[in-house]
Amino acid sequence: MADLLIELFSEEIPARMQARAGEDLKKRMTDGLVEAGLTYAGAHALSTPRRLTLAIEGLLDHSPTVREERKGPKVGAPDKAIEGFLRGAGLSRDQLEERETPKGAVYFALIEKPGRPAAEIIAEVLEDTIRNFPWPKSMRWGAGSLRWVRPLHSVLCLLSTDDGSEVVPLDIDGIKAGDSTCGHRFMAPARVSVTGFDDYAAKLKRAFVVLDPTERQEAILQDATNQAFASGLEVVDDRGLLAEVAGLVEWPVVLMGSIDAEFLDLPPEVLQTSMKEHQKFFSVRNPKSGRIEKFITVANRETADNGATILAGNQKVLSARLADAKFFWENDLRIAKSEVGMEGWLQSLGNVTFHNKLGTQAARIDRIAALAREIAPVVGADAELAQQAAKVAKADLSSEMVYEFPELQGLMGRYYAEAAGLPQEVANACQQHYSPLGPGDDVPSEPVSVAVALADKIDTLTGFWAIDEKPTGSKDPYALRRAALGVIRLVLENDVRVSLRDVLSKGYDGADLENLLSFFHDRLKVFLRDQGVRHDVIDACIAMDGNDDLTLLVKRARALEDFMKSEDGENLLQGFKRANNILAQAEENDGVEYSYGADKKFIEDAAEAALFDALAAGEGAISSAIEAEDFAAAMGGMAALRAPLDAFFEAVQVNSDNQVVRRNRLNLLSQIRKVCGQVADFSRIEG
Amino acid sequence: MTETTAPRSFQEIILRLQTYWAAKGCAILQPYDMEVGAGTFHPGTTLRSLGSKAWAAAYVQPSRRPTDGRYGENPNRLQHYYQYQVLIKPSPPDLQALYLGSLQAIGIDMDLHDIRFVEDDWESPTLGAWGLGWEVWCDGMEVSQFTYFQQVGGHDCHPVSGELTYGLERLAMYVLGVDHVMDMPFNDPQSPSPLTYGDIFKQTEEEYARWNFDVANTDVLLRHFEEAEAECAAILAQEPLDPKTGKRIIMAHPAYDQCIKASHIFNLLDARGVISVTERQAYIGRVRALAKQCADAFVQTEAGGFNAESAA
Repeated sequence: MADLLIELFSEEIPARMQARAGEDLKKRMTDGLVEAGLTYAGAHALSTPRRLTLAIEGLLDHSPTVREERKGPKVGAPDKAIEGFLRGAGLSRDQLEERETPKGAVYFALIEKPGRPAAEIIAEVLEDTIRNFPWPKSMRWGAGSLRWVRPLHSVLCLLSTDDGSEVVPLDIDGIKAGDSTCGHRFMAPARVSVTGFDDYAAKLKRAFVVLDPTERQEAILQDATNQAFASGLEVVDDRGLLAEVAGLVEWPVVLMGSIDAEFLDLPPEVLQTSMKEHQKFFSVRNPKSGRIEKFITVANRETADNGATILAGNQKVLSARLADAKFFWENDLRIAKSEVGMEGWLQSLGNVTFHNKLGTQAARIDRIAALAREIAPVVGADAELAQQAAKVAKADLSSEMVYEFPELQGLMGRYYAEAAGLPQEVANACQQHYSPLGPGDDVPSEPVSVAVALADKIDTLTGFWAIDEKPTGSKDPYALRRAALGVIRLVLENDVRVSLRDVLSKGYDGADLENLLSFFHDRLKVFLRDQGVRHDVIDACIAMDGNDDLTLLVKRARALEDFMKSEDGENLLQGFKRANNILAQAEENDGVEYSYGADKKFIEDAAEAALFDALAAGEGAISSAIEAEDFAAAMGGMAALRAPLDAFFEAVQVNSDNQVVRRNRLNLLSQIRKVCGQVADFSRIEG
Repeated sequence: MTETTAPRSFQEIILRLQTYWAAKGCAILQPYDMEVGAGTFHPGTTLRSLGSKAWAAAYVQPSRRPTDGRYGENPNRLQHYYQYQVLIKPSPPDLQALYLGSLQAIGIDMDLHDIRFVEDDWESPTLGAWGLGWEVWCDGMEVSQFTYFQQVGGHDCHPVSGELTYGLERLAMYVLGVDHVMDMPFNDPQSPSPLTYGDIFKQTEEEYARWNFDVANTDVLLRHFEEAEAECAAILAQEPLDPKTGKRIIMAHPAYDQCIKASHIFNLLDARGVISVTERQAYIGRVRALAKQCADAFVQTEAGGFNAESAA
């Protein structure tokens, strides 16, 4: 058994790529080794900004010898056939074995592939891995042709057994594998030789490199939390930033600094965004006031002055950034509070193209405002307010703050609308109308926000449908799937009852509404499937009238889903299918549709009579339950049909010789079809 | 680490960079004598990064970004500023170390500061160029761009050039501890006639900001753009063989001058606010087309690696 240590040492790897690259290195190496016959006990990958490291334990030191037997041509076959077989097997004629088989004497080739030493295989697999590494973006450097994420400087490749360690010989475009690496770029840049993973990790730690990204993250988080706590403050949680920052340092040193008092009145989101986006700082909050008062930066080194120079520099850069932010904030507020207010921003949106076929942002806002007014009554919002909210909801796109920090759109709108003294519902709509942005995002519930959110998304969808820019395959540049899912969630979670077809028809002119509606149905299927509703159950409900009332559609689907999970449901479906098949066949043969209803006087059998009575009793109840949208009750009514239907098929032969009786039975079955058809299209349900 | 004294002025920082890179073997070029948006536009970078011949050059390039004008009031935004540019082809294996040496040369003590290489891929849509690299941070401030050119003018770079771009004002303000660019000492503050950056550039920033934003004649500019574009094409349409001298003379540089001109005129039109969002892309595409044609022409010249004998 052997242990393998690999380190690929390069110039700084982008933080966002490190973790994935570590895993790719592990997968490609272990897959390649196993394929060549080298199994192993365990493997783990680590990464820092300058290195990808892979440690494999319990690796075979030789690949096993492989024996293969191949059956060849018959003895006495033409020479050509035998020569071809020999070429394929890589053997000579005297190495073949003759064996008797039921079909006569046949040549057999016994091919033995001797095992190979691990080092040889590792060198091949590693070279292949490096040359074909799946970086999201890679580059060349100098005069070479090798590609890596940034220039690759050295390869450490060490195979250790009980007898000691040996460098795996490898030369890839002049980079020779060795047994050494470098420490921290500034604190311990000298090369150090290592004998195995433990020695490597220990020596790197002494050379100011924490190899394990998780360990770096934990160290940063703990130190940051402690420093904040010591000042009675708390770090604003941001896992994404933590992972990124841990990918920018090999030796994390946490430093906490103050934000100049003149910036403390900026909205906390502005402070946070500015610090995070530009500086990769964590925000530190006062838990009592909720205000952000300090920042935490993570340096990549210790210094003789305990980071004083570094902190002072960072503080200065931050002040310059926040001075900009404050300038934007104050300018924007002044405009929002002025006579023109947010209306002024709307005018400049007349110069901003939304899409060259769909006009300017201003034109789009006008459409959304008109649509929001239409939708308002449906969602219980005041039409005036909804229209007003839609008008100003995107005005902040012209503000300087949103120009600088696009991710603050909506939120700044809320601040500015509040400053402008607009009604709170309007201000809230500015922020909420973009939601829901993703499956995890909350859905607005305030009526005005719901109206604007729906209008915004429907204008987008009908607009892009009208200019035929629908999503195709994996391409959805305008995030139309997300918009449709947003509409679905807004409708369902707010229990909105509306004909989607009607609403869509009030959107952008010229969209193929039926096509758009079926796009909605597709999105709805994906959405419900994620919640465990079967796709055929949804199909059975989409096939019904009123399928553009999504709330009704989903209510029906959920009731049907529950019903189909019950034994009654399962059996009734079988009965329905049987009835339907018999009917369909008879109707095709006879060229008529059996839909007159059965007549009691032609009934011969008791089971037939029982079904007749059950239908007579159930039909009305089921209809009125459907009418009342009480799908559970309708399903209950259906369940009551199951036993009589089963008994009917048990006892009765539909295709009686007596044509009158036969027709009457077919008409009885057609009543089953009709009753079931009120609930859902059962023919679409599988099983 | 060797100890370096702190520089005292903007110009001292420039002079130290010149001395440093000269000592590292770069040819110290002079600024290109045309209006450009960045040091990359200097033919010493754009054209010389193409072809197989080795190259090493460093220079200061005055750069103009009309939309960044703030009448000299913003502490660090200017419509005219200086970039320091280094281009070495092929990129040497120790380019990062060479770069860090240059920071030390201008007085940044590596033992006290936190230098980081943060992912930043560079792309110039107008030059049809891109590369991978970083922005270099010193204590959280971006002090340079560091790029390995992969493609320029639509041509793959073989070998690859390493490009370093220092934003001189910002870097110098940091090193000198100055908060407003106009307060920065340009020459030695102890000299008989000390001059600040503002003494030299405050007035010009005002003048140009007014002209860039409100006065520049857009009809004239639009016409100049068209003319530069046409002239570029006309130059490149000439036969390589010069009838007067009988020599093969492809006029890649004069054509590229027209490309630079078109690019700057586009920037001026942009500052005047007469280019709509949709037109913007079209203009950028037109300049890129010129840059590509110039690159195509340059690689047919001797400096671009064209070898008449092997081609014959």
